[in-house]
Amino acid sequence: MKIDQFKTRSKVRTISDHLVTSLAVIATALVVTPLVAIFIYLVYKGASSLNFAFFTQVPKPVGEPGGGMANAILGSGILLGLASCIGVPIGISGGIYLAEFGRGTKLANAVRFTADVLNGVPSIVMGVAIYALIVNPQKHYSAFSGGVALGIMMIPTVCRTTEEMLLMVPHAVREAALGLGVPNWRSVLSITLKTASPGVITGCMLAFARVAGETAPLIFTALGNQFWSTSLNQPIAALPLQIYVYAISPYDDWHRLAWAGALVLIILIVLAVSLVRYVTSRGVLKGAS
Amino acid sequence: MGVGIEVINLNAWYGTNHTLQDINLNIPANHATALIGPSGCGKSTFVRCINRMHETNPIARVKGTVRIGDLDIYEDAKPVEIRRRVGMVFQRPNPFPTMSIYDNVAAGLKLNGFSNRRALDEIVEKSLKNSALWDEVKDELKKKSGASLSGGQQQRLCIARALAVDPEVLLMDEPASALDPVSTSKIEDLIFQLKSKYTIVIVTHNMQQAARVAEKTGFFLNGRMVEFDSTHKIFTNPSDKRTEDYITGRFG
Repeated sequence: MKIDQFKTRSKVRTISDHLVTSLAVIATALVVTPLVAIFIYLVYKGASSLNFAFFTQVPKPVGEPGGGMANAILGSGILLGLASCIGVPIGISGGIYLAEFGRGTKLANAVRFTADVLNGVPSIVMGVAIYALIVNPQKHYSAFSGGVALGIMMIPTVCRTTEEMLLMVPHAVREAALGLGVPNWRSVLSITLKTASPGVITGCMLAFARVAGETAPLIFTALGNQFWSTSLNQPIAALPLQIYVYAISPYDDWHRLAWAGALVLIILIVLAVSLVRYVTSRGVLKGAS
Repeated sequence: MGVGIEVINLNAWYGTNHTLQDINLNIPANHATALIGPSGCGKSTFVRCINRMHETNPIARVKGTVRIGDLDIYEDAKPVEIRRRVGMVFQRPNPFPTMSIYDNVAAGLKLNGFSNRRALDEIVEKSLKNSALWDEVKDELKKKSGASLSGGQQQRLCIARALAVDPEVLLMDEPASALDPVSTSKIEDLIFQLKSKYTIVIVTHNMQQAARVAEKTGFFLNGRMVEFDSTHKIFTNPSDKRTEDYITGRFG
């Protein structure tokens, strides 16, 4: 090849390199922009209504100024705690089954298919289903039913990401454990799952963040509550529900509170996810992959 | 102390593929025995039958008798018991990536419920010394991940991990094929030292390596064992034409 030819080639390569790089940057910006925009808008609309009372008081009746969403913040915490207690263990166990024990079996294929369908079920349908299964027989709305609805919604995401992450663990790592005379179940729990744990935790956090903002499944189950309640047997307040009720109300000060609630919800989700990430990353060793 | 291995009419399959055919062999205790042969000849399958790792593959099947000492491993014991007595070092170093160096070595004991800390400390130190890695890692035992070591160090870590459960036999499936010459010679020195305590079976593609470390050598071809004799005889005066062709580089 002549040297000029080589130079033109290298020029073309440089240009296409710049082109593709800038396309990637633009795509990243497009992805990040809505997120940042929403957050800025929430701060703009909601920050002015945030004060100490917002985090300490329950809602005031219509017409009275002030009041807060303390009960809704607590309620969301309870609902999400219950949901995680249901969704995370079942989801992880299901993922372990799919990846380690049931690979290739009919049951595993059925479970995987069901999980994918469940993932696509509209959240309002989940609310109605739990209404029929728990609320109606009990004859009352309850925090418990709300937690179950959210927990079931977490299962498919947790289950499928756990499966994917376990399948990414190299075969050599499993063989190493089995070669030491470690029983298979022990190797799965202590070696494979542990190796995959960063990804599994990400999956759990995704599922958590997704259901943290769910309103529809709570309308028929947790219902909402204007007062303090920590009982699993009573209707309970939740941030998304409170935001929904305030946002569709005709009162300006309730609208402002709804904005503040949305801001708090997003901040709390970010905090919870960061906290879990921080706690789980503390034990990571130098050079661990 | 190592024990001898007696293999009688061993056959193994992957699906319909008959990968080992009628293998009969006596591997002497406290010696290093090398298995050589072209790729796909069944030598890896053979060592995996000695610690029952072969059957971890769902389509794999095995028939025949393998005795380790007095124990018929397919009749008298469970796979996990066998694998504690027969350690294995794999072709590619495979330390547990999320564990520290210490935990990697202690893994076999810890995962089987052994929890005496002081005894563990001693075993970890002894195993790392036996695998000639102690001096290089002793300061960062619990701080560094096993995956942060170099390839050669990782392989010695895997040897230490296998030694920690105190096996009688050590199987090595091409332990140096992914390593550079310096690391390779360290592993070979190690095999030399270890065979006074363990019975070692080493699969290798490298005939010089077999000649350097092993007293006995077996030549595998197409799932059959063609010849098994002292290493010296195999490399200087083999009785089978196919062995001679292979070691002189006419094929394979």
